[in-house]
Parts: sequence; C-alpha cells; structure tokens
Amino acid sequence: MTAYLMSIGIVVLIYALLTLGLNLQFGLTRLVNFGIVAFFAIGAYTSGLLSLKGVPLPLSFLAAMIVAALAALPIGLLSLRLREDYLAIVTLGFSEAIRITIQQEEWLTNGVQGLPGLPKAFASLGGNSDLALFVTLVLVTALTAWGTLRLTRSPLGRLLRAIGDDETALMALGKDPARFKVQIFMLGAALAGLGGAFYAHFITFITPEQFIPLVTFYVWMSLIMGGAGTVRGAIGGTALLMIFLEGSRFAKDLIPGVSEVHMASVRLAVVGLALILFTLYRPQGMFGKRQA
Amino acid sequence: MILEARDITRRFGGFTAVDKVSVSLAKQEILGIAGTNGAGKSTLFAAIAGQQGSDGGSIMFDGHDITKLPPYKRAHLGLVRTFQIPREFKSLTVHENLLAAAPNLRGERLLSSFFRTPSLSRNERELSEKADKILAFLNLSRVRDTLAGGLSGGQKKLVELGRVLMLDPKCILLDEPFAGVNPVLIDELCARVRELHAQGISFIVIEHHLQALQALAGRMIVMDRGAILAEGDPREVMKDPRVQEAYMGGVA
Repeated sequence: MTAYLMSIGIVVLIYALLTLGLNLQFGLTRLVNFGIVAFFAIGAYTSGLLSLKGVPLPLSFLAAMIVAALAALPIGLLSLRLREDYLAIVTLGFSEAIRITIQQEEWLTNGVQGLPGLPKAFASLGGNSDLALFVTLVLVTALTAWGTLRLTRSPLGRLLRAIGDDETALMALGKDPARFKVQIFMLGAALAGLGGAFYAHFITFITPEQFIPLVTFYVWMSLIMGGAGTVRGAIGGTALLMIFLEGSRFAKDLIPGVSEVHMASVRLAVVGLALILFTLYRPQGMFGKRQA
Repeated sequence: MILEARDITRRFGGFTAVDKVSVSLAKQEILGIAGTNGAGKSTLFAAIAGQQGSDGGSIMFDGHDITKLPPYKRAHLGLVRTFQIPREFKSLTVHENLLAAAPNLRGERLLSSFFRTPSLSRNERELSEKADKILAFLNLSRVRDTLAGGLSGGQKKLVELGRVLMLDPKCILLDEPFAGVNPVLIDELCARVRELHAQGISFIVIEHHLQALQALAGRMIVMDRGAILAEGDPREVMKDPRVQEAYMGGVA
C-alpha cells in the first residue's frame, strides 16, 4: 500500500510539473497549448535515449529540458501569428506528429516496441529508490512552484497577464509581446520535458502510446479544476484529478456488476462530468481567485 | 510639424475606407476629427498608430519616417493612442494597468523575475510612484487597486489615458474619448486634456460629441466616405453646408 501511494505521489508530482508549465502558458499568458504531451514525450525520449548511451541522469535530465524547450521554439514563433483557437489545433497536431514520428523512426526510438530497461532513478538505493525519487520530485516541484509564484508576482508576470488580456493594446503602449510569448512557451515546454525525464526513469519503459493527447487533457483538466492563473490551483488541481482517477478505482468494489474495463470508462465519465460542473459553477477553479 | 501623414490609403477588399487622406499636426496643437460612422476616422488612426498597415502614403513623426514601423516602435518615439472601445487589461488592477505600460521596466526580463536586485526594486518603485501621480492627476486614486475590467466605461477611458501618459508621449491620439462617458466626466476629461496640452503634448481627437470637440480643438477636420470634406476652424467647419449635409443629414 505504501508503495502504491508512493507511486501515485510520484505521478501527481510529475503531472504537477506539467500543470505548472501550462499555468505559465495559459493561466497567465492565455496561450492555448494543446500539445503538452509532445514536450513530455520529447523529454522522456531524450533522457531515455541518452541514459541508454551511458550519459549520467543529471545530464540527461538537463538535456531533456533543453531539447523540449528547443522543440517549442518553432511552435512559440507560430503562436505569434495564430489566434488562440488556431494555436490549439496546431499544437494538438504537433503533439500527434511527434508521437507518430517516435512510432515510425525505429532506428532511433525502437518504434512501437518502445524503450525497455531504462535506468531507474536512484537505482543504487535499491528498495528505497522510489522514496528518493519522491523526495526529489517534492523538492523540484516546490522549487518550480516557488519560481512560478515569483514570476507571477514579478513585473514580467504582470506583463504576461497584460498579453493575455489584450495584445493589441500592449503593442500600442510600446511593448512587443513576441519575445515574451516565445520565452514563456519554451519555459513551459522545458518543464514538460523535465516531467518527461522523471517519468521515463520512474517507470523505466516508455512506448509511443503512453504519449497520447489524453495526457495533455489531464493536464488541462487539472488546471481548470484547480484554477488557471494561480500556482496553488495548478498543484491542487493535479491532486484533485488524481483523487478522481485513482479514487474511482476503489469505487468499483462499492458498485456491483461493473467490471474493471467498464470502470475505466466510468472513471473518464466522472472526470468529464466534474470538468463540466467546474466550468459551469466554478469557472475560477477550486483554488482560483481571479475572475477571468 | 510633429506629425505629417500624406496620402494615406486603406482598402478592405474592393472598399476604400481611407482614400489619399493627408493630415498634419503642429507641435502642441489639438486637432479634432469628426465624421459619420464609416467615414474612415478610426481606420486613419489605425494607420497612423500602426495597428493596421496602409495601402499607400507615408507618415513622418517627429523627424522619423514611421510608415513601416510596428506600433510598439511608434509608441517608443512618443506616438500613442487610446481606443474607441476601451482595451483595458481587465485582469490587472488600475495601478498595474499603468505599470504594464511603463517603458524600460527592467524587471520584465525573465531572469529579473527570480533574482531581484536593489536597483530593480528601485526602478519598479520609481515607476510605481509615477503611476500613482498620474492616477491622482486623473482622479483615479480611489480605484487604484480595483481590477480594471470592473470599471465603468468612462473610468476605463481614463485608465487608457493614464496608461499612455506613462510613456511621456509627444502626441496622443484619442479615439472617441467621450463616447459613453457621463457629462461630468466629459468636462473633467476635457480639463485634463487641456492641462496636458499646456504641458506641450499634441492631440488628435476623434469625437462625435461635437460640442466638446469644438471647445477642445483648435482646428478640425470632417471626414466623409474616406476623404476629407472640410478642414479649418471648428466653428467655420461646422457651418460648412457640405458638412451639414453629410454630417447632420441636411438638417440645418
């Protein structure tokens, strides 16, 4: 049971990193990124492949962030020319393109077979490796949360919110939003890449079908339920989503006649329903304060 | 001349919204622009301030050719505008709205967000004080910490004026500053524009409220169907039969 809770904790924290990244992009700057999983996948594969080549994990984690950020550069530049709904479509398409590329380029990624046997983070600690990973993730997430909180309250955070509110007005006031939008897109992607690296070296076996758009939507659900624009919303929302997802696993014992397979669908239905209720009755999310 | 726009043309498909219009503005002048809806006033503004390109013509501002400059570079030179429908930053407070417009705010760099040096804090504090002074000048101190999205239409227009004042502009384009503003606030807004004018700022004001415009502007242009119909002293211009025909539908 402790091991189970620990692994849920690790997954929550990995998702929290992604949600914190999305909070910078959407919560502050109103950049609609529907391709989060692409940067998550790029981070996971970058770190996974490098570690298989013998690169030590701290370096492969760093590389995961850098490669994910660089992959976000062209998308960030595109975001300058696209209205938000079009950006959503383009990023969603991009994430599928990345997944299919990973699936097809067998020489590099081993295709649908995936990459088994990735080095486990803190493997030298044996049975305590998950605990060490959990503690590290707590520290990394706390640091990230602190950083984004600081950014939110800084003059840059104010400017990003102004970009989200009205870019035309900001331009008329002598500020070019382009650089800031690209920066924030890359920063969010770097966080997703970091999350991907943690993920890869936690489950030690990655395959393309782990990186479907559902991951992106889980992150969006977390942010919407928690409250876009606030750091506590991003983290609280992730926890809330996991409680829904994992909690409904146990609910199947309470509901007779529902099989394991049915339950997976029921689970998604519950999350979907929660999302609808939140948008209707609490659009600022569980922990949000500002009315968007 | 601080601003000289020559032969500005703007087409939307087959429709010519602004047709070879030339406007010039002397230093410390207030120029009024009137005209019916669809006469091309706001399109002319967008071309001058750079929100939309133009399909012909050239614009000189304060000795610089700004014809091809993006709007934020025009703002750097001291040419700023407000909008017909207020474009306040709705999720920012009134004070934050002004600070977001502050030029050379070094704290807006990514790294500065995490590592705040004393000089950055001083920079931010100075600009914050400047914003407070402007808010006091515009009588907005009471709503300093209110989210701008919740203000009345008139107050939003004042916030827009306050924002552009953060840039120490040389020329302000006001697009219908009195539309939807209550009469008391109109008088106040006029008084503020006059004070700023006395400090050396030039204005172009688009307005339908002709009384207020006549009282404010030293010179006036009336536009109709993308062209200038009449130009000159506000009182003379309003008496022009062509203006009465076009603007008032012929009612004398």
